[in-house]
Amino acid sequence: MNSSETIQHKVPFWLDPKKRAIIYQIGVFCLVGLLAYYLVSNTLINLKKQSIATGLGFLNKESSFEIGESLIPYSAASSYGRALIVGALNTLKVSFIGIIITLFLGTVIGVARLSGNWLVSKLATLYIEVFQDIPVLLQLFFWYAIFYEGLPGPRQALCPVAGLFLCNRGVAFTVPHAHPAHKYMVLALLIGCVVVYLLRRWGRKRQEQTGQFFPVFRVGLCIIIGLPMVVWLVSGAPMEMNTPKLVGFNFKGGLTVSPEFIALLLGLVLYTAAFVAEVVRAGIQSVSKGQREAAMSIGLRPPLVLNLVILPQALRVIIPPLTSQMLNLTKNSSLAVAIGFPDFVSVANTTINQTGQAIEGVALIMAVYLVFSLSTSAFMNWYNKKVALVER
Amino acid sequence: MEQAVSHIQTDELRPPVTSAGVIGWARNNLFKGWFNSILTIVTLFVLWKIVPPLFRWAFIDSAWMTTGKGCREATGACWSIIYTNLRFIIFGFYPYELHWRPLLAILLLIGLLFYSRDRNHWSKYLGYAWILGLAIMGLLMKGGLFGLAPVESTKWGGLPLTLLLSVFGLTAAYPLGVILALGRQSKMRGVKLLCVLYIELIRGVPLISLLFMSSIIFPLFLPEGITFNKILRAQVAIILFTGAYIAEVVRGGLQAMSRGQYEAAESMGLNYYLTMRLVILPQALKIVIPPTVSILISAFKDTSLVVIIALWDLLKTTQSVLSNPEWMGFSREAYIFVAILYFLGCFSMSNYSRKLERELSRED
Repeated sequence: MNSSETIQHKVPFWLDPKKRAIIYQIGVFCLVGLLAYYLVSNTLINLKKQSIATGLGFLNKESSFEIGESLIPYSAASSYGRALIVGALNTLKVSFIGIIITLFLGTVIGVARLSGNWLVSKLATLYIEVFQDIPVLLQLFFWYAIFYEGLPGPRQALCPVAGLFLCNRGVAFTVPHAHPAHKYMVLALLIGCVVVYLLRRWGRKRQEQTGQFFPVFRVGLCIIIGLPMVVWLVSGAPMEMNTPKLVGFNFKGGLTVSPEFIALLLGLVLYTAAFVAEVVRAGIQSVSKGQREAAMSIGLRPPLVLNLVILPQALRVIIPPLTSQMLNLTKNSSLAVAIGFPDFVSVANTTINQTGQAIEGVALIMAVYLVFSLSTSAFMNWYNKKVALVER
Repeated sequence: MEQAVSHIQTDELRPPVTSAGVIGWARNNLFKGWFNSILTIVTLFVLWKIVPPLFRWAFIDSAWMTTGKGCREATGACWSIIYTNLRFIIFGFYPYELHWRPLLAILLLIGLLFYSRDRNHWSKYLGYAWILGLAIMGLLMKGGLFGLAPVESTKWGGLPLTLLLSVFGLTAAYPLGVILALGRQSKMRGVKLLCVLYIELIRGVPLISLLFMSSIIFPLFLPEGITFNKILRAQVAIILFTGAYIAEVVRGGLQAMSRGQYEAAESMGLNYYLTMRLVILPQALKIVIPPTVSILISAFKDTSLVVIIALWDLLKTTQSVLSNPEWMGFSREAYIFVAILYFLGCFSMSNYSRKLERELSRED
């Protein structure tokens, strides 16, 4: 048999891989479509029978429930839509603060695990093992129990440091009294960050062209701290403090943080930090010893070795799993519903219970978290492309 | 010549006392440089502040086998809450005189897991043994055959429920995950699109949203008159969720296969099904055993979330004990007990996974 014969030989369509693939795909789509049709039609019939409204019209109705903490003005007279926004903001708030603390704590523990100090490294290992292997929900319950069972009422509040009160209604801090200067200080801080960013770019460019080194870190630190300080001094150095005081059964003044928020933050941070520590450790270990030795042998000083040789390589390994841990923290913040912190899931759950519109409620929950996840992974793809190894 | 060398070495200098033995070890590992010394001293101080009072609370001042009243008189931990309510925490509302059945099921599961530890035991027959074992466990829980009194699944709770949800969840999610991973690697655009959509959608949302879906939306999906019980619905949600994660792990294994494997299989005239079954999957699945064990660990931990949709798992039975006025206020002790149970399970699994990883990397 020669090859030209086989080519001309007509292949029946069920043996032609291309046609077969099309048939398979049509089959799969039909199956999925049928399943979807079956579920949707059942749902529609059931909804009609139970006379549950459909659509997102409920978002404009009055919510008539209170929310404990909110970043924007909200009352029971506000709409469901606004309640959900409050929930989403609360989720973002706890995730944002949680991520920052987790990054710090996780890095410290990861480095501690690699420490030459036997005691410190063993303690770090113990921490990682214990906190990784206990469900985060259980940890949340535990911290919440410590707060509402372990701490006294507001009247006998613990006061470990002057101006800080711990009781079963939460934690009350002393904060500076509100003053218009604070707004300008924040503005100055932002301007400082932009200036330092531009300075860093300029410094690098100059170093590449002329070889002259510019101490960006030191100058940058001065600018970032100095600018707000200057603003503070110029506006008359307001020193008045707002100390929480016991009025009746609760603290007034200062900044009060609810026990739910603290328990949630503590649980999420301690749990995720254990995973972040492992990620950091793996990243640092992935840079081979030879890299450090090579960098030292060409005469770089230790900070520069870290900055120019070790970190760029370690970060390439660390960043992807780190992002997924940050995303996990955000998703786990949905467990707030179990201890009564008004995050998005918790508010959506109340909305579902009041309106009966479960499908829209759950769909909204999924949509919000998908937006978080997809925007993070879009950022990750961009970042990965930026730091990807440029090979020959 | 050799003799001469050994002769010289007989009167070698011993290292100084400060660089050998306990002192030398401490110098090298605890007090190397001023920074390390300060670190060690601060750590020791903190430990000294924390550990003795904690030890006192947990072991010396604690009450072990008293009633709730005796606990309130003790200044330390109240372990009596565990001692008195142990059977309720572990077995939930399962009929009291039938507790031996879930206990036997748990022991069977542990025995099977223990036997499967050794990779030399892995064979087709072990697979059959697992299927048989799972069937027996189901039978022990449900009853109704061979003279066992039937027990409604609404009465299942505690540790058996937690184990049931995680073991059955993973067993069912595994094939689903493999199929999704194969679909994602498929050359057929449509199939690939569906799989990618499914995987990314599920991985992007928290498990709790799927559990809400299972508890309040699934009933709407089904025609009138057909109802699933709550446990089964939660189980479905866990399977759908875990499947997406397994798919990503398996995809990693598939991507690690070199092109040569596919080409070799094709050149032998194997079709897609046989290529996958005989050549690709056995190798790919072997690579991903360690990450699969991590998924089993997180599935085990994640089953605790069913407490939010009011299933009587280990955490819920514990909370129900805590809502009893006699035991109110002893949450810490109860949660520590549950945490120890979870820790034992997860820690042994993660240890095993590490051991397996070492073994597998030695073979390559």
